[in-house]
Amino acid sequence: MSIVVFKIIYISVIFGLSLFIAMYSTYAERKVAAFLQDRIGPNRAGPFGLLQPLADGLKLFFKEEFIPAKSDKMLFLMGPGFFMITALMTSAVIPFGSEITMDGVSYSLQGTDLNVGLLYIFGVVSLGVYGILIGGWASNNKFSLLGAIRAASQNISYELAMGLSIIALVMLSSSLSIKTIVDQQSGWHWNVFYQPLGFIIFLICAFAETNRAPFDLPECETELVGGFHTEFSSMKLGFYLFAEYINMFISSAILATLYFGGYHFPFVSDMDSSWLRTLLEAVVIFGKIFFFIFLFMWIRWTLPRFRFDQLMNLGWKVLIPLAVVNILLTGLFILLK
Amino acid sequence: MENQVPEIFSIIPHTHYVLLSTILFVVGLIGVMIRKNVIIMFMCIEIMLNAVNLMLTSTSAYYSHSGGQIMVFFTMAVAAAEVSVGLAIIVMIYKNLKTTNIDAFQKLKG
Amino acid sequence: MIDIIFYVLSALTIISATMVIVSKHPIRSILFLVLTFFLISAHYVLLNAQFLALVNIVVYAGAIMVLFLFVVMFLNLNEEVEKVRHYFPWFAAVISGGSLMLIITSALDKSVLLSPYPVKDYSIGLVENLGSVLYREYLLPMELSAVLFFIAMAGVMLLSRKEKVD
Repeated sequence: MSIVVFKIIYISVIFGLSLFIAMYSTYAERKVAAFLQDRIGPNRAGPFGLLQPLADGLKLFFKEEFIPAKSDKMLFLMGPGFFMITALMTSAVIPFGSEITMDGVSYSLQGTDLNVGLLYIFGVVSLGVYGILIGGWASNNKFSLLGAIRAASQNISYELAMGLSIIALVMLSSSLSIKTIVDQQSGWHWNVFYQPLGFIIFLICAFAETNRAPFDLPECETELVGGFHTEFSSMKLGFYLFAEYINMFISSAILATLYFGGYHFPFVSDMDSSWLRTLLEAVVIFGKIFFFIFLFMWIRWTLPRFRFDQLMNLGWKVLIPLAVVNILLTGLFILLK
Repeated sequence: MENQVPEIFSIIPHTHYVLLSTILFVVGLIGVMIRKNVIIMFMCIEIMLNAVNLMLTSTSAYYSHSGGQIMVFFTMAVAAAEVSVGLAIIVMIYKNLKTTNIDAFQKLKG
Repeated sequence: MIDIIFYVLSALTIISATMVIVSKHPIRSILFLVLTFFLISAHYVLLNAQFLALVNIVVYAGAIMVLFLFVVMFLNLNEEVEKVRHYFPWFAAVISGGSLMLIITSALDKSVLLSPYPVKDYSIGLVENLGSVLYREYLLPMELSAVLFFIAMAGVMLLSRKEKVD
């Protein structure tokens, strides 16, 4: 099969997988929350409540489509679309396995190995602001606008610290291509051991970028009615909520790829290249991604929410100096090695 | 990808890029001359800057001289600084005059 | 194939830039400008200037345009400032702009451009090469741009400070 056909199949599989995992993340969130709060969670729809996401999706389809009176109709309809597009675009550069060999031709399990893959991820993250801003503006509602502006300023503040912590990583790996960064982490050389401070900064910024607790002030119900998605109903709201879970999945994938070794695991990497190895590598990377998704949910139901000024304080006055110190330490380490 | 000639250099002559940049520059220029909303005028200046960036990058790519791309880098930096200061000035003026129509800025008195 | 891509991209860029100056609502102009930046980044990718393509997206579309959107949204500047659109100024502007374009293209047409292009290396757009040139030959402008940003930040903070009411 030609490489174009393979890539099309690969992209469809990853697309379907992202949607499926996001769907069941909603279910997992409710179950994890329930277990942390000493209750049971959804268990009515299907065995153990496993069909709950389908029920939620169907419910959203049947709700009334409502467009506010004086809003900009086209922007109102496009807002959730933008958010979803930027959420899905990042998965193009993440390697979900080393390679598949079919009929002697080996195809790499990565959408495309850009020379500047890391910068591409950073670019897509900085475009994520538009979905929120346009949705909040197009609702023609002061509370939505306020929520959208809060979310956007939170997003751009934490983007800076994220970029700075990535710089230290690039200094170590001296390449921006994701494949090279992952391949340098074979065996026990995971980047989290070489860059612990960078990892923590990146983790905090990932929480803030995906608007997850404890940074979810833009969309919590107690503060701003619903934040930037107050006026959205039916599947447009579904898109916003869904895209948030896809964002979470993609952030976990990026964390696993950049800091936790991607698809490498000490004993799996030493096997010969075969179907079994590729399968085990895919299992490894999805295991790491699920661990990070569980971490996202665990922290959500453990820590209280940040106030907006505390949030800004953390982003600008604490994380950016720490990231700069991280760069200095990394530079010193490379120099003295 | 390193030293094989990318296809575009043999198919599209450099003058096409020069023409594209000039058209974009003139579009931005027309915008600055015509529009009365200060924000839109500012955006048309950004179009002009980008047209110049495109010309510099294409010249640097066709003649394999990295000076063009370095200049684009600095132009972007200066544009970012200029936008932030310009927007701060516009916000200040809006607070005083309650309008963004540039005809209201004619008098030097506030 | 590549020339079809080039012509389609160029046409879209010019149309999108024209929509920026023609739109009545500032928000739509801003969004068309973001689209223009994306298309220009696509041109950069065609020219193998990979770093600049992504930096264009991150800086222009991801930061500067968000700043514009903030200002328009906060101050609610979406009303049309010019209620009645006169067409005579447009006509005059197109004529003057067109004559400028004519002058520039004819001047460049008569200039001596190297042909055929000297075959050197086409990897100057890659990050490593651009970075090493930037930090070796152009180190002073790099450090001065940091000073420039500092000055711009100080200027903005000074401009937006509320006056103390004594």
